[in-house]
Amino acid sequence: MKVELSSEKVHSDFVKKVEELSGQNILSCYQCGKCSAGCPSSFAMDLLPSQIIRMVQLGLQDEIINSKTIWLCASCLTCSVRCPRGVDLAKVFEALRLLVTRDKEKLNYVEPSEIPSEQLEELPQIALISNFRKFTG
Amino acid sequence: MKIFYYPGCTVKTKAKNLEESAIAAMKALDIELVELPNWNCCGTVFGMSTDDLVHQLAPLRNLLRVKEQGGDKVTTMCSMCYNTLKRANHLIREDEEKRRLIADFMSEEAIRYEGEVEVLHLLEILRDVVGFEALKEKVKINLKGLKLDPYYGCMLTRPQEIGIDNMENPTILEELLTALGAEVVKDPMKTECCGSYHTVNAVEVVADRGYEILHSALKRGADAMVLSCPLCDYNLDHRQREIAKKYVDFSGIPVFYFSQLLALALGLETKESRFDLNYVDPLPLLREKRVVV
Repeated sequence: MKVELSSEKVHSDFVKKVEELSGQNILSCYQCGKCSAGCPSSFAMDLLPSQIIRMVQLGLQDEIINSKTIWLCASCLTCSVRCPRGVDLAKVFEALRLLVTRDKEKLNYVEPSEIPSEQLEELPQIALISNFRKFTG
Repeated sequence: MKIFYYPGCTVKTKAKNLEESAIAAMKALDIELVELPNWNCCGTVFGMSTDDLVHQLAPLRNLLRVKEQGGDKVTTMCSMCYNTLKRANHLIREDEEKRRLIADFMSEEAIRYEGEVEVLHLLEILRDVVGFEALKEKVKINLKGLKLDPYYGCMLTRPQEIGIDNMENPTILEELLTALGAEVVKDPMKTECCGSYHTVNAVEVVADRGYEILHSALKRGADAMVLSCPLCDYNLDHRQREIAKKYVDFSGIPVFYFSQLLALALGLETKESRFDLNYVDPLPLLREKRVVV
């Protein structure tokens, strides 16, 4: 994919905000790809976890937010515990989701009121609560 | 021995087969699980952002309740609750500033909580308090002949600082099932995620994950899967309905909570295991293997 790089993006508030919310040093990543290799959801992703981290380093906020990847992360922590540089990717992905779900101008990724009542009846509470915790503001 | 027990929402409603079988089995092992008074939902997932202290209150309030009751330990059988309670506890033990802020926020509580309570998964009680060697002696119905595939999922073993066993190759379930007399299948999928909360909005992803995990078990000749998490259970047992629709070669496989087989092996009546609440009926298999008459 074609992306536009600029010094403004690299030094933008977006990068700082992600580092602050996640508590992670994004520049630690040296792109080995171990996170993407082990990710159980990567088969359904348009961008791999390691690509997302690279894009955070470059401040490419729009590309990240328009990708499905952060919404396919199940917070299983496989990437986080295997990263040889100690980057807790699950925390970075959480920070990226929060930048969307906390933005009042944006819609919830999952809208609880649109879930059919028979599904609400059948699903265990831990599924619903964790889903809403991750995907709604 | 008595120990405080934190049930969590799902164990009390959709996973009664986990709760009832666990309470009965532990009673048979002379351990009384005392339900924690005034418990509340733990929030199900650990809040991972640095500024999200409000979501740490729900799990920590439960641990405060344990301390209030004079307890220093609490056990839970749900992997999601275990992970959330234990990570929140770890956070305030390690981070002095957050410990203070959270304690100040809960100032209307009669006592302050500062990380004193130990959070244990029920499997840890079985391994470290009962002991698998001692457990072997108490088995009345040997599960010999059953070929079982242990499944850990994510929340029991990750991250490392709160995991009950080795992160990449846990064996606690294998050791438990071997003590009960069963044959255990080695399966590299045992710590792969089932798709978790995507079951609400991306059923097809969960069906793909579930197929991979269950197909791996079937390929290795397993008769059934064994797990401890009610969300994994929903995705791997109940979602077999969706998996079978998508994958025509999928034949189905029973899924047990570890506690259901424990209760059975300890010689409790079959009804204590609440097999009637499992989506895939495991009774034909248990009858065929002569574990249940």
